[in-house]
Amino acid sequence: MKPGTKLKSAVCSTEVMVIKGKDLIVQCGGQPMADQGGDTSAAIDSNFAEGSKVGKRYVNADGSVELLCVKAGEGSLAIDGKALTTKDAKPLPSSD
Amino acid sequence: MNIALILQMAADTAPDRTAVVCDGRRWSYGALYEAAKGAADLFVANGCEYVALLDESSEAAPIALFGAALAGIPYVPLNYRLADTDLGALLDRVSPAYVIGDVERSQRLSKGHHCNTREGFVRAAEAAAANAAGEEREGEGIAAQIFTSGTTAAPKAALLRHSNLLGYILGTVEFMSAEEEEGQLVCVPPYHIAGISTLLSNFYAMRRIVLLPAFEPQTWLDLAESEQVTNAFLVPTMLARVISRMDDIGKADLASIKAIAYGGGRMPPELIERALQLFPQTNFTNAYGLTETSSTVALLGPDDHRTAFASDDPKVRARLGSVGKPLPTVELEIRDDDGKLLPAGESGEIYVRGEQVSGEYRGRSALDQDGWFPTRDAGYLDEEGFLFLSGRADDVIVRGGENISPGEIEDVLASHPAISDSAAVGVPSVEWGEAVGVAIALHGGHDQPSETDLKQLIKDRLRSSRVPEKIVFVDQLPYNEMGKLLRREVRLLFAN
Repeated sequence: MKPGTKLKSAVCSTEVMVIKGKDLIVQCGGQPMADQGGDTSAAIDSNFAEGSKVGKRYVNADGSVELLCVKAGEGSLAIDGKALTTKDAKPLPSSD
Repeated sequence: MNIALILQMAADTAPDRTAVVCDGRRWSYGALYEAAKGAADLFVANGCEYVALLDESSEAAPIALFGAALAGIPYVPLNYRLADTDLGALLDRVSPAYVIGDVERSQRLSKGHHCNTREGFVRAAEAAAANAAGEEREGEGIAAQIFTSGTTAAPKAALLRHSNLLGYILGTVEFMSAEEEEGQLVCVPPYHIAGISTLLSNFYAMRRIVLLPAFEPQTWLDLAESEQVTNAFLVPTMLARVISRMDDIGKADLASIKAIAYGGGRMPPELIERALQLFPQTNFTNAYGLTETSSTVALLGPDDHRTAFASDDPKVRARLGSVGKPLPTVELEIRDDDGKLLPAGESGEIYVRGEQVSGEYRGRSALDQDGWFPTRDAGYLDEEGFLFLSGRADDVIVRGGENISPGEIEDVLASHPAISDSAAVGVPSVEWGEAVGVAIALHGGHDQPSETDLKQLIKDRLRSSRVPEKIVFVDQLPYNEMGKLLRREVRLLFAN
């Protein structure tokens, strides 16, 4: 996954952009995400239905993958079945 | 990566929210994104290699910036204040371009471009939007090409890649962090890096932008009030003019304005102290950055301002004159002439590294092999990591092997009641190679202080090597429109 690559959810409207990546399959709502959205016949897995929030950054446990949610959806993000967590940045005062 | 993402996300999330107010017309994020898509189609169909803006700020700037981004073509905002010869030379360097704005000048000064007026371009972009593909092109990956002011040589074409600008925004701004009523009053010209970064930052925060193309203190105050503006960016000279206008008309407060960021030139200590005293509720932020670093790399935030202003400890108090601490996403070091890392308190050249740092010019990169950018700005860090600027590395006066920063002399002169402004520069000296020359402007109604007194003042407060060999009195020091002191012109005052 190259930085800048966009991935779409197969089961909801979620879209992410890769900020930092390695070759792992990102899931949304329990289903793999892909450039074109992938197999849309599946339903959202209820274990991954907390939703994604636009503008939030999502990271895996070791910080090797970082995604920016560019479109919100009902599915939540995971890699290998492990939920990604949001990364909170300390807000900076607006300088320009 | 593409900076168009910023506008796409805003338009997706809240298409009807107001993005830009200019000359009474309001543009929503949705409408601007549509126009940008239309503009991208115009640029691709035209076959231009650059999109040049030769105009004051208006909605045409974001439409051209994001349209060029979608089309994968560099956006080049040009300084319309340049003389014909200089502007013609820059236009020749971006041929063939789609030029927006002053059609007459563009056609007269350079050939091979497609030219359109501001209104003509905006109408064409809106018309093309209906059938626009909205496809994103990568191109060379360059979002903007900005010509530096070229004070020492021909202007350099600084390149900012999508990855630099997006890295800056994603690292410093939280998406949609502004409340819907927030508005930012923008009066920086579009050809300055701040003219681009303000569009990107505020669109990503979803803070409404109120454009004031030509700064004038009364208009600024009126617009702030009628648009209920909450945030503003000013260069120090503009802040001084706003305060002086408020004094004249007896206006006591800044009404809805909660935060003022400043930068782009040296802030006189008296001015920021006065501002903090007058507007205790306002959050002041000092930003330091360069074109080559996609804007801000260090900032002094509102709490730092208040702590420094309230402190009796001279070290803490002095931080009011600093540019604060580097952004968490930027590495910053002070190095000597041999590139050796200097400890806190020692002055040298400022080096920065980070995703937002481009350091790239058309045809070459100024980054070293480890990705560090030598800014050519001189400065030092205090023991707690606050960065103090002491001018351009090239401005340091070298007197008999001793480095003297102009700022230390100017700070002492600023404490003299008759002096309104001063600049210290190196002047040729047979004995020392270079000696100190100072140009001084006086407050109205004060007698000119004697040279002996001024020399004594500097000798007492600093040391004898800082005492100026030459002093000239002028009505006004030369500044550019961004409030940057033109030291090159100050040096000319001592030329004979």
